[in-house]
Amino acid sequence: MTALAFGIGALLAVTCVVFVALPFIREPDPAEDRLDEPGALERRALELAEERDRALSALKELEFDHRTGKVSDEDYRELVGPLRARVAEALRALEPQAQSTEEERVHAAG
Amino acid sequence: MPELGRAALALCLGLALYALVAGAYAAKTRRRRLARSAQNALLAAFGATGVASIVLLAALLRNDFSFTYVAEHTSRELPTAYTISAFWGGQEGSLLLWLLILTGFSAAAVALSRRTAADLLTWVVPVLGLVAAFFAFMLVVVSSPFDTQLATADGAGLNPSLQNPYMMIHPPCLYLGYVGLTIPFAFAMGALLARRTDELWIVATRRWTLFAWTALGVGQLLGSHWAYVEVGWGGYYAWDPVENAALMPWLAATAFLHSVMIQEKRGMLKVWNVLLVVLAFCLALFGTFLTRSGVVSSIHSFTQSPLGPWFLGFIGGITGGALILIFTRLPLLRSKTRMESLVSREATFLYNNLLLVALCLTILWGVAFPILSEAVHGEQITVSSPYYNFFLRVFGLPLLVLMAIGPLVAWRRASLRSLGRSFAWPAGLALVVGAVLLVLGAGSSWIGLVAYTFCAFVLASIGYEFVRGTRARRALAGGSWIGAFVELVGRNRRRYGGYIVHAAIVLLAIGIVGSSAYDTVRERTLAPGQSLAISHYVVKYDQLVRRNGPNATEFRAILDVKKNGSSVGTLESGKNSYRAEQQVSNEVGIRSDPLTGEDLYVITDQINKNGTIAFKIFVKPLVNLIWISGLVFLIGSLVALWPSAAEQRRLAARYHELRALARA
Repeated sequence: MTALAFGIGALLAVTCVVFVALPFIREPDPAEDRLDEPGALERRALELAEERDRALSALKELEFDHRTGKVSDEDYRELVGPLRARVAEALRALEPQAQSTEEERVHAAG
Repeated sequence: MPELGRAALALCLGLALYALVAGAYAAKTRRRRLARSAQNALLAAFGATGVASIVLLAALLRNDFSFTYVAEHTSRELPTAYTISAFWGGQEGSLLLWLLILTGFSAAAVALSRRTAADLLTWVVPVLGLVAAFFAFMLVVVSSPFDTQLATADGAGLNPSLQNPYMMIHPPCLYLGYVGLTIPFAFAMGALLARRTDELWIVATRRWTLFAWTALGVGQLLGSHWAYVEVGWGGYYAWDPVENAALMPWLAATAFLHSVMIQEKRGMLKVWNVLLVVLAFCLALFGTFLTRSGVVSSIHSFTQSPLGPWFLGFIGGITGGALILIFTRLPLLRSKTRMESLVSREATFLYNNLLLVALCLTILWGVAFPILSEAVHGEQITVSSPYYNFFLRVFGLPLLVLMAIGPLVAWRRASLRSLGRSFAWPAGLALVVGAVLLVLGAGSSWIGLVAYTFCAFVLASIGYEFVRGTRARRALAGGSWIGAFVELVGRNRRRYGGYIVHAAIVLLAIGIVGSSAYDTVRERTLAPGQSLAISHYVVKYDQLVRRNGPNATEFRAILDVKKNGSSVGTLESGKNSYRAEQQVSNEVGIRSDPLTGEDLYVITDQINKNGTIAFKIFVKPLVNLIWISGLVFLIGSLVALWPSAAEQRRLAARYHELRALARA
């Protein structure tokens, strides 16, 4: 039993070591070994995308709450304007990001 | 095969340490292959723990009493199902289950997040590696399930209280919850370490948190039912420290599930949310510590063990490290938006959070106080039910009111006029229900009357929300009422799943109040042929029978039961005398009325030599609503957990934009 246990244990250990070393076995000499890291631009874009999603979801929620009667007409009129402005602002803010990316790509391509 | 079990655990420890050290180094120096290798180490750790678990399970099933653990927790007579449940019936086995679930969840989190949250995962891996390394270390060095001895002819058997079908599912379910909270904790810490304070960690862990919270909730209800049918003292929750240990992280996770919505909708409460995740995880560790250290006297702390100082050190280290990390990242966590009004949905969530955390910390103080008093003064002062019941009322009743108010209030702000319109029906209905209950005699317990009125308020507001929502959806899209209802729930599963969970909490509250504030109890010693009248029942003790079970001698009093003068059959209540374990357990008799949810509950307190029996009999109105609430809770959680295609598309679009930008 001990020999069997030793055999299975050794097989398990070797399998685990090979599996852990797999990224190095598969790519012994890669051209690039750096992890992708979101730069400042990407982080800003994500922040803006989150802000846009939040604003859109808030607008949708307000529309539905108004339909169900949870939000009165007066409250709706008061709230919907600033929310629409926020959505528009978030969408506008994302546009230059896209444009600048486009420009950077053109410049990079030479 | 104990050598194989020990080797597998040692391998798991090495792999977890590698995931910790190599993972942290890779994240710091941004090395791609090393980061991937650390992720693989976590996957391999699951494999190694799986092998160790198989070794222990095989030893249990083969009655291999050369394993000390097997000899201490099973016997040859023990039914196979309980032999399997002995895996987690003792300290070492339950720690192995912790590690198995942890490495399994870690492997799943790695596999699921490799594509969607790759850069965050780099820092998550070392955090998961740290937690796995701690538990693997405990199993390798401090408390091994693979210790051996000279094989005995038979084992000591399993604690009779654990020989119950609920023990097959209750502990694993609780552990799924405890361990599941590791994943949101690791992602929150990973996000802070990576200086990522966007919502990615919340998106990546939303379902993990909900799953862990559901498992903890269901696990607690299963445990309560086990206590009700098996422990035999007439109740289902005794504010026992180990019961509280599962309740506290559940309360913290409940607070988090609410407050995280404010972060998602308004971008607020980032610090608070991270703190709640840390609190929930540390309380899950504390719960494991309480259950397994033997530091408190409890029916659940089956062993005294050397785990205590290690656990306390780890909990202290994790808490301290997490708080320092949060403190250093405070500038990144500042919110740009502010709460617009104290009368808004987000404000009710905030009040709910404060009450939940206050209740959680009050319970924590009640659990910790005896330990602290013993450490400081050398005497243990027990904090008993009146303390907890008082604070449950103080914080629980306002929580019920908030559950009713929350759905009726709009996000951002609500005017008094719209509030009045939303509240009129539900509040009016609740007042009518309260008045009717008062007329029916529910005023015998004012707290019960108030609680039932609030419960009616919550149910009415939930019903009103469903009706208004369905009506609005039908007006928008047309079609049938059922179609509109299905579409309503399908379009916002989290919200409406949450309302179903709220309904479950109300059912739970109705059951608890009914069975505690309006119950009846009588105690009397009866000779065969004598009767006892209680509420609308007459219970006649007919005879005592003795029979042999698979591993115990069973003594049963046969009781004839009449309800409102009509016979409703017989009931058995008695005791089991376990042969291998040399212990006696109470086996209660329960007759449930499916129409009213009421139980007749008979405890055989004392069987005397002259054939008389001291009985303790309860009538517990509405107690079955507690167990039904578990089913409703599960349905609500599943609705909330079910993936929404629209949401997946929205999130994919959001993160696709980022990837597109990265490629550009």
